[in-house]
Amino acid sequence: MSTLIQCDGIWKIYRIGDVEVNALRGLSLTIEQGEFVAIMGASGSGKSTLMNILGCLDQPTRGHYRLNGLEVDKLRPDQLADIRNQQIGFVFQNFNLIARTSALENVQLPLFYRALSLKEQRTRAAGALERVGLSGREHHFSTQLSGGQQQRVAIARALITNPSLLLADEPTGNLDTQSSREIMMILDRLNREGITVILVTHEADIAAYARREIQIQDGQVLSDRATTTRSQSVGV
Amino acid sequence: MSAFIWLTIITALRILSRNRMRAGLTMLGIVIGVAAVIAMVSIGEGAKKAVQAQIATMGTNVIIIWPGATTMSGVRGAQGGAITLTVSDALDLKKRIPLLSDTGWAKREVMQIVNGNRNWNTSINGISPSYLTIRDWSFASGGPFTQSDMDSAARVALLGQTIVDNLFDPGEEPVGAVIRIKNVPFRVIGVLAAKGQSAQGSDQDDVVFIPFSTAERKVFGTLFLGSIGAMFASTDRTEDLPEAVEQIREVLRARHRLQPEQSDDFTVKTQVDIGKVQEGTSQTLTVMLFSIASVSLLVGGIGIMNILLVSVTERTREIGVRMAVGAKRRHIVMQFLIEAMTLSLLGGALGIVLGIVGAKLTTVIAGWPTIISSDVIVIAFFFSLAVGLFFGLYPANKASRLNPIEALRYE
Repeated sequence: MSTLIQCDGIWKIYRIGDVEVNALRGLSLTIEQGEFVAIMGASGSGKSTLMNILGCLDQPTRGHYRLNGLEVDKLRPDQLADIRNQQIGFVFQNFNLIARTSALENVQLPLFYRALSLKEQRTRAAGALERVGLSGREHHFSTQLSGGQQQRVAIARALITNPSLLLADEPTGNLDTQSSREIMMILDRLNREGITVILVTHEADIAAYARREIQIQDGQVLSDRATTTRSQSVGV
Repeated sequence: MSAFIWLTIITALRILSRNRMRAGLTMLGIVIGVAAVIAMVSIGEGAKKAVQAQIATMGTNVIIIWPGATTMSGVRGAQGGAITLTVSDALDLKKRIPLLSDTGWAKREVMQIVNGNRNWNTSINGISPSYLTIRDWSFASGGPFTQSDMDSAARVALLGQTIVDNLFDPGEEPVGAVIRIKNVPFRVIGVLAAKGQSAQGSDQDDVVFIPFSTAERKVFGTLFLGSIGAMFASTDRTEDLPEAVEQIREVLRARHRLQPEQSDDFTVKTQVDIGKVQEGTSQTLTVMLFSIASVSLLVGGIGIMNILLVSVTERTREIGVRMAVGAKRRHIVMQFLIEAMTLSLLGGALGIVLGIVGAKLTTVIAGWPTIISSDVIVIAFFFSLAVGLFFGLYPANKASRLNPIEALRYE
């Protein structure tokens, strides 16, 4: 297995007025391809900042971040956009589907920014929806879908580009227990199919689906351990 | 067209159709602006064409020479009041200036004419036979008088259409009838084809033509035989007109023995000069139209900018999502520019339709001639496109500069 993510001494310093906030303080982290990692931490621990940097939405103030061997911290905004488009899939807590737009078109969105024919885009979007079990709901608007279904549309959107990394930020935060379980099962399945999944959560039972758990505190890694039992027992 | 642009246009149309009221109100400025311009330009073009047609009714390459003003004890009279132009001036001009294809002359007075128990007051014109050809008069029936009528001072008359309408019953044949001008009987030998209004707005068909010699000897009672009211000349080619005018001035000044310091005792004008006055008017109109257009397009553009800024705020999260899944700055810029241009183009198209309908209605209701030129439609189209582009730039740029992290978190 090759290394997917390598963070070396990452600092992220925000300036709010005259006050400097150190969101990350020299954090180092390595994640191999195919891992299922849960990042946990209290609010203010810096896990969201880490998430943004891992997702190439933000860049570290200091330190190095390599994604798939590429030095992300040196890239320009347009290159970051390309990486997000090609290598990363996002799943958000509040789904972030585009309102009054069909499921199919929501899934299609990342392909908007690629030179692909409309037909190819639609075919691939339909395929991605099928992977999350939403065949037949291509033309439903998000208001016509349950929370769990909306999140599955979001996962399909993240999948459509065949990313090497799936970043899920509190993916079950707005869902009931049953839907949460379904979503986690899907993430687990995708991980077994080879996609690296990084999950940010503060719920221990959700984190338990992952096979590795990293605790963040004060912008540094507090603990990093493998979780063994749960995923195997719940997985299939 | 790339799939991205195509999809963005579809998205833009969908967003507009979802907010029909809002889109409609936003477009209103552009719609009204473009419609006003199209309608006004059509009316203006129609008027211009009508004026050109009127000027053309004067004849072709016509030069008109009026006598100057009289001066009595230092008081200067109206132009044309003097009797400085004579028949021999006209004949001499033709002899001396080869550029002139012909010269003619006329003298007129308003008099009563009578046919049976009807009468009518109109301008009686004593003219040379050449006058009719210079001024392009043609005949509805009958024909012109000849040089021998002129020599014998024959009592023959040509009637304009308005005269026929007022002195004869409908269907009655005027040619051959005898009318009386100042109690002198005249035989009608021709009815002139209608010319309509002149460029100055007078009825050109309200005229009676009689031979010049007959007029001065038997009708007008002229003091100085041979004095004329106006002289007419024509050239074969339009470009010869300025040169002909110069030569006419030289010859007339010499004939009238004017010293270099004395000003002309006559006025020379060409058809082109008269046309230029009208052109000046229509240019003023055009400038005014463009100011109106600019103001309304400016207002419309600001409306579009305003609604786009609202849209950017409303869709902050969407912009964040688009950025997260790989939209670059230029994609976001394009998206909002296309939305702006869709709005402004739709507005422009509606305005064009409305403007054409307005112009047609003007023709139907007010009877004004209108000409819808394809030029103005094309210009209006590109102008609305430009308005969308210009006023879309700021909101689009603003959207593209959003920080994706903050945009995703926006509530």
